[in-house]
Amino acid sequence: MSTDVFGAHVYERAREIVSRYPEGRERSALLPLLHLVQAEQGHVSPAGSAFCAEVLGLTRAQVAAVATFYTMYKRRPTGDWLISVCTNTMCGVLGGDRTFEALREHLGVGHDETTEDGTFTLEHAECLAACDYGPVLTVNYEYFDRVQADEALRIVAALRAGERPPPSRGARLCTLREMSMQLAGYADEREGALADGPPGEPTLAGARLAQQHGISVPGFDPDTPIKEPAPAEPGHVPPPTAPEPAADRKPAGEPPAKDKRKAR
Amino acid sequence: MSAVTTPSADALAQLTPVLTKRWLSPEAWRLEVYETLDGYAALRKALAAHPDDLIQLVKDSGLRGRGGAGFPAGMKWGFIPQEPDGQQPSKPHYLVVNADEGEPGTCKDLPLMMTDPHSLIEGIIIASYAIRAHQAFIYVRGEAVHAARRLRHAVAEARRAGYLGRNILDSGFDLDVVVHSGAGAYICGEETALLDSLEGFRGQPRLRPPFPATHGLYASPTVVNNVETIATVPYIVLGGSQWFRSMGTEKSPGPKIFSVSGRVNNPGQYECALGTTLRQLIELAGGMQDGHRLRFWTPGGSSTPLLTDEHLDVPMDFEGMMAAGTLLGTTAVQVFSDADCPVYAAYRWMEFYHHESCGKCTPCREGNYWMKQVLWRILTGRGTHEDLDTLLDACDNLLGRAFCALGDGAAAPVMSSIQYFKQDYLDYIEGRTAPMFAPDPEAEALVGAYR
Repeated sequence: MSTDVFGAHVYERAREIVSRYPEGRERSALLPLLHLVQAEQGHVSPAGSAFCAEVLGLTRAQVAAVATFYTMYKRRPTGDWLISVCTNTMCGVLGGDRTFEALREHLGVGHDETTEDGTFTLEHAECLAACDYGPVLTVNYEYFDRVQADEALRIVAALRAGERPPPSRGARLCTLREMSMQLAGYADEREGALADGPPGEPTLAGARLAQQHGISVPGFDPDTPIKEPAPAEPGHVPPPTAPEPAADRKPAGEPPAKDKRKAR
Repeated sequence: MSAVTTPSADALAQLTPVLTKRWLSPEAWRLEVYETLDGYAALRKALAAHPDDLIQLVKDSGLRGRGGAGFPAGMKWGFIPQEPDGQQPSKPHYLVVNADEGEPGTCKDLPLMMTDPHSLIEGIIIASYAIRAHQAFIYVRGEAVHAARRLRHAVAEARRAGYLGRNILDSGFDLDVVVHSGAGAYICGEETALLDSLEGFRGQPRLRPPFPATHGLYASPTVVNNVETIATVPYIVLGGSQWFRSMGTEKSPGPKIFSVSGRVNNPGQYECALGTTLRQLIELAGGMQDGHRLRFWTPGGSSTPLLTDEHLDVPMDFEGMMAAGTLLGTTAVQVFSDADCPVYAAYRWMEFYHHESCGKCTPCREGNYWMKQVLWRILTGRGTHEDLDTLLDACDNLLGRAFCALGDGAAAPVMSSIQYFKQDYLDYIEGRTAPMFAPDPEAEALVGAYR
């Protein structure tokens, strides 16, 4: 029955996805397959569940039990732009709560609801693992850092005007369906998208500070043998300085090739 | 803007740029750049050694899991049953990398995978070689597509260059890596829930024993390690265990990426020796923001009990944090000030645990549901003195009474906020603090409650 909805190319992709997992362990492909049907339809429909069930030899109930467990599988059609505002504690106190309220008022929809024109779906998200950039929101899972309510409204206005505002990190925006293909395990084919988004200052803060002050960890000798001789006496604590040079000890195997490119 | 303070020499001395150093190199995520920065040198060295010697090396280094629990990584590897050399095991071995970063406050693994994905892949190959696994999986949090994108590219590059696939660098060792995106469930960061999810089921924790070391993925011997743990391995292979132990404390050796967020001038990732104090971390992060005084903080995410300004000088290692009544967790240091309300913090975190509880264990499924409502009642100005007892009672029924650590984690912010900030609760209950949220006149005080 699902052949009516999903063409031969979707079956072909499903076979590719299943082949990533060990033989006899095909069920591991269920999460990527659910992302795949979401890429086709924008949500996991009954037909989408049936497709996964058919490919994996499961019942539709078994598939639905999994699909309903995970937040990212949407059971209703989603908008072109899924806006997820972090309202966990840190982003919440830094402005996320106000941003969510402002968007709710502006868009006229609540959590997990889509605007009537099908453009935006709004949700409040749990911690998005970007607390050093807080408050954050994501549009189709790309991050916009340090976003307060006014900036969030500007992003929405730009999207509504047909623009694609550049995220703070990660790649340029794509549709939720394109994103779902990547979630299903496919590479991002867009020219240059992989290189988008240089790391922000919070990511580099500690490393930069160390660099500015000329700090490095002393005693690093990449030729230190892997098999180290036992300490001279039990309970002997090595000094917290550089280890002895490797000259008097036999390496455990062949030394690493000096020219790293040679072996390729 | 507020004045950024310069860190003292004492604080600067805590910095240990090891894993984060390469992050400064633009495009280190590309193989050609990674290779110019010692990339895959550790792999060549490791493949020349006996796998057992690598396990011993990691044991000697004292490396402890960076995902929160702090279990010794070498010991975990050593639990995998091994056949004599040359014999095939009856069941395949698996390495699974836990990249399902989502503990509130934690934000170290995503930047690592964005800026330096090959370091994780190099660590995976070494760890797989050590435990004799020929198939590895990276379970990446679904929402983190930006990191998964770079990882998939790095895996493809590594395969083309002969670092993955058959007969890696002519060593005779074969390994394939699959990058598997999750779909939005915090519980899948728990290692046995992660395995269930990777097998295509709902992510619900398993009863242990048996442990993953013997019955993990597909009921086969499996090591599950955090991203930062695995990415640390190449540095231990190169520098040796003694060098690794030159950082940190005796029982908690090595560098650790501390994620500092909140009311500081320069929030961000600070890689420091384990045992660094909050005072030093705040200095490194440019000091507190103007007009903000430290009030409470989490040492390692919301599942670790809150600490206060009394704990500025407690060493942040596994032992120091336990002695202070909390846990090191993921070293996700969330800094809150006198502008922030601990009752609100507990409420938001309880909303989180309520949403993320997988529903398997009654105390967690029901306890979080009720605690969230009781906290809401207090914040809307309708709390009673009994509510505090109800909360502590619910925590008592939750702590240690669930399959996995999510339940214990959920009790942490409630119990610790009542322990240190009971007056804040009483101020809401007794009307000295104005309600933070307007009550919904339509809603019952507690949905489904007796009264």
